[in-house]
Amino acid sequence: MKLEVFRYDPAKDEKPYYQKFEVEAEPTDRLLDCLNRIRWEQDSTLSFRMSCGHGICGSDGMRVNGISALPCQKLVKDFKEGEEVLIEPLAVFRVIKDLVVDQEPFFDKYYSIRPYLITRSPPPEKERLQSIEERQKFEDATRCILCACCTANCPINQAEETANYIGPAALVRSYRYLFDSRDEGHDERLALLDRKDGAWGCKTYWWCTRVCPKKIPVTMEIAATKKSIYDITKKTK
Amino acid sequence: MNFKHDIIIVGAGIAGLRAAVECVGKADVAVVSKVFPTRSHSCAAQGGIAASIGNEEEDHWEWHMFDTVKGSDYLADQDAVEIMAKDAPRAIYELEHMGVPFSRNAEGKIAQRNFGGHTRDYGKAPVKRACHASDRTGRVSMDTLYEQCMYHKVKFYSEHYVLSLVIDEGRCAGLVTYDLPKGELNFLAAKAVLLATGGCGRIYKTTSNSFATTGDGFNLAYQAGIPLEDMEFVQFHPTGLYPLGILVSEAARGEGGILRNRLGERFMERYAPTVKDLAPRDIVSRAILTEIREGRGIDGKDYVYLDLTHLGEDRILKKLWEITSFVKIYLGIDPVCEPIPVQPTCHYIMGGIPTDINGRVLMDEKGTVARGLYATGECACVSVHGANRLGCNSLLDLLVFGRRSGLAMMDEIPQHANHPLTFDPLKMPAEKIEGLLKREGTEKIDEIRRSMQSLMMEHCSSFRNEGSLEKGIEDIRSLKERYKNIGIKNKGKFFNYELMEAIELDHQLDISVVILLSALYRKESRGAHFREDFPARDEQDYLKHTLAFQTPEGSEIRYKPVNITRFQPEARRY
Repeated sequence: MKLEVFRYDPAKDEKPYYQKFEVEAEPTDRLLDCLNRIRWEQDSTLSFRMSCGHGICGSDGMRVNGISALPCQKLVKDFKEGEEVLIEPLAVFRVIKDLVVDQEPFFDKYYSIRPYLITRSPPPEKERLQSIEERQKFEDATRCILCACCTANCPINQAEETANYIGPAALVRSYRYLFDSRDEGHDERLALLDRKDGAWGCKTYWWCTRVCPKKIPVTMEIAATKKSIYDITKKTK
Repeated sequence: MNFKHDIIIVGAGIAGLRAAVECVGKADVAVVSKVFPTRSHSCAAQGGIAASIGNEEEDHWEWHMFDTVKGSDYLADQDAVEIMAKDAPRAIYELEHMGVPFSRNAEGKIAQRNFGGHTRDYGKAPVKRACHASDRTGRVSMDTLYEQCMYHKVKFYSEHYVLSLVIDEGRCAGLVTYDLPKGELNFLAAKAVLLATGGCGRIYKTTSNSFATTGDGFNLAYQAGIPLEDMEFVQFHPTGLYPLGILVSEAARGEGGILRNRLGERFMERYAPTVKDLAPRDIVSRAILTEIREGRGIDGKDYVYLDLTHLGEDRILKKLWEITSFVKIYLGIDPVCEPIPVQPTCHYIMGGIPTDINGRVLMDEKGTVARGLYATGECACVSVHGANRLGCNSLLDLLVFGRRSGLAMMDEIPQHANHPLTFDPLKMPAEKIEGLLKREGTEKIDEIRRSMQSLMMEHCSSFRNEGSLEKGIEDIRSLKERYKNIGIKNKGKFFNYELMEAIELDHQLDISVVILLSALYRKESRGAHFREDFPARDEQDYLKHTLAFQTPEGSEIRYKPVNITRFQPEARRY
């Protein structure tokens, strides 16, 4: 397997560069295994985040051939034989070292949508009731692992002048609570997102949906959020 | 840098986060995690959380307690199991109130499904006890707890790797961390430290555990003079995705999946006639390995089939979305139409740092409390899982004992002030790091690690015997010798993962020896520990907990009694 990997160590490199590697790999090996082989057998200074290795922890988001992906979900056989695979850090975020990026702005946007159940009525003795259909409304959104692939691949987030856009990941998490029948913060959630850099920032490029490693219908969920904002503002006017 | 808090929790999995939620607002609490908090390994838990809330059918905490004790092969401490089984419904409702998106039944209540070893009326038939959120119960529970922590403004030290516990005048006074993003060492002073560092599955070649699951907490305690309890009991989950070992939840069988051998036989009927595929994990794993040994693996290879094809697409996608996605991505198989190749995979360690029912670490067989030090979750041994843990009791353990540890620390901290230390806590860790960075030896970390993982697989997985265990100890000790001659090429200060992995490997080698030794000394078969040379359970000599102590002469094995209250040991049949 041939790889061309983005390298940058601010402690010694003036500017980033690309380094070529070649590793032995089975067709069923993960791309993550190849990156680990580089680190363990060839160049231990290569830095990237990873943990579970099967697409549930969300650590190893990076650009593979220019597109956000989790290398733990890509297999060697998914690439053409002899193809040189380009590995770069996620776009949008500041590079700290090699493939490690600063995700603090990403998580700040996520915290800003009030990612927790808002309730006013005291909880019952047992569980709050919720029908199967009510639960199904936001089921897809519960798959989000906060890997940031969507936000990093969003053209709106990538453009400097619209970089403040809250981004698809935060909107998915907001959707998860907005459409949870137990949540009592519906209107204030919508008010938080009713702005240029909120839900309206989305210009439906569909990249988020295309790259989501968990197959969440991100763009549709953002559209549903916009519609809810539209409905509520119409109601109050 | 120096920082000071009342309480420091190490590990941001469900146990650590649950403890933090308990303490925040009432004390100055901080959580230290070597990965970003939401990457912690609790996120990989799939199937559910056990609680006798009886939403689907009649259930009682006494039945849950009995199942847990029987599942543990009677090695669990029954006072602790009683607390856990009784507290389970409260723990579930609490999570639901926090917002966990549990799957629902037709009445709108939390849905429950079958799981291995969960039975009604003391073993008569399977019972639906597993509360779940599809097959991502761990992911959404951990997210919800993390979001509660952020809401309440818990302080996180993210991507900080703990190098040592600071023990001063017999009391844990904090810890030293390597700050990966900054490349600096910090001393974090605390009145109470809670270890919630998870398991050590990565010492085995085939494991469902994340790369970060390297057992650091075990060895931090062990090197500080704390014994490790029941470390011979390592759980192999029956259904790891072949050949990667990724977890395929027991929920697949809970929803009706069936294990089949080369001949298409439902072989579990022979091993557990009453509950069949829903037998506890130790029994199912041994059954699979026996089928393979006797030539009934698929195509003569070392795996069998997990067949879901009769469940229907709707049920599979609604209840088993994640595992369906894993099977498609890694094997290109659609479980709706084709059976899934599975093999046992190292999943969980029942043993750990001995604690009382409130997370207080115990230093010896007399129950002497280690002052200022607590442990909870997989790294702890209360013991509620004994020789074999039941599915869905792990998340429950984290929630129940995570909370209790938080409460106990809150009780303790007003009695203590942060005293100035009698020594410089950064000195030794700094020297250690400096020493490691100077290593120019010829041995490679990865080669030693791979050898360790193969050795542990060969000598100390589901089937064990004296000769093999002795060989394992000898070989791991020689790896420890080779470790002295490692080279570290990465001399960088920040995000130096090679440095971190070198320290992890040191922990892993020490823990491997403890596991092997504990297994060698237990000359009986119980739960997950099966000795081919002693195939029967021995109530006379081994109904007791192993304690491994670090001494200047090496490890010393001692024992302490099991707490038996309601259920006397019986033959374990399913």
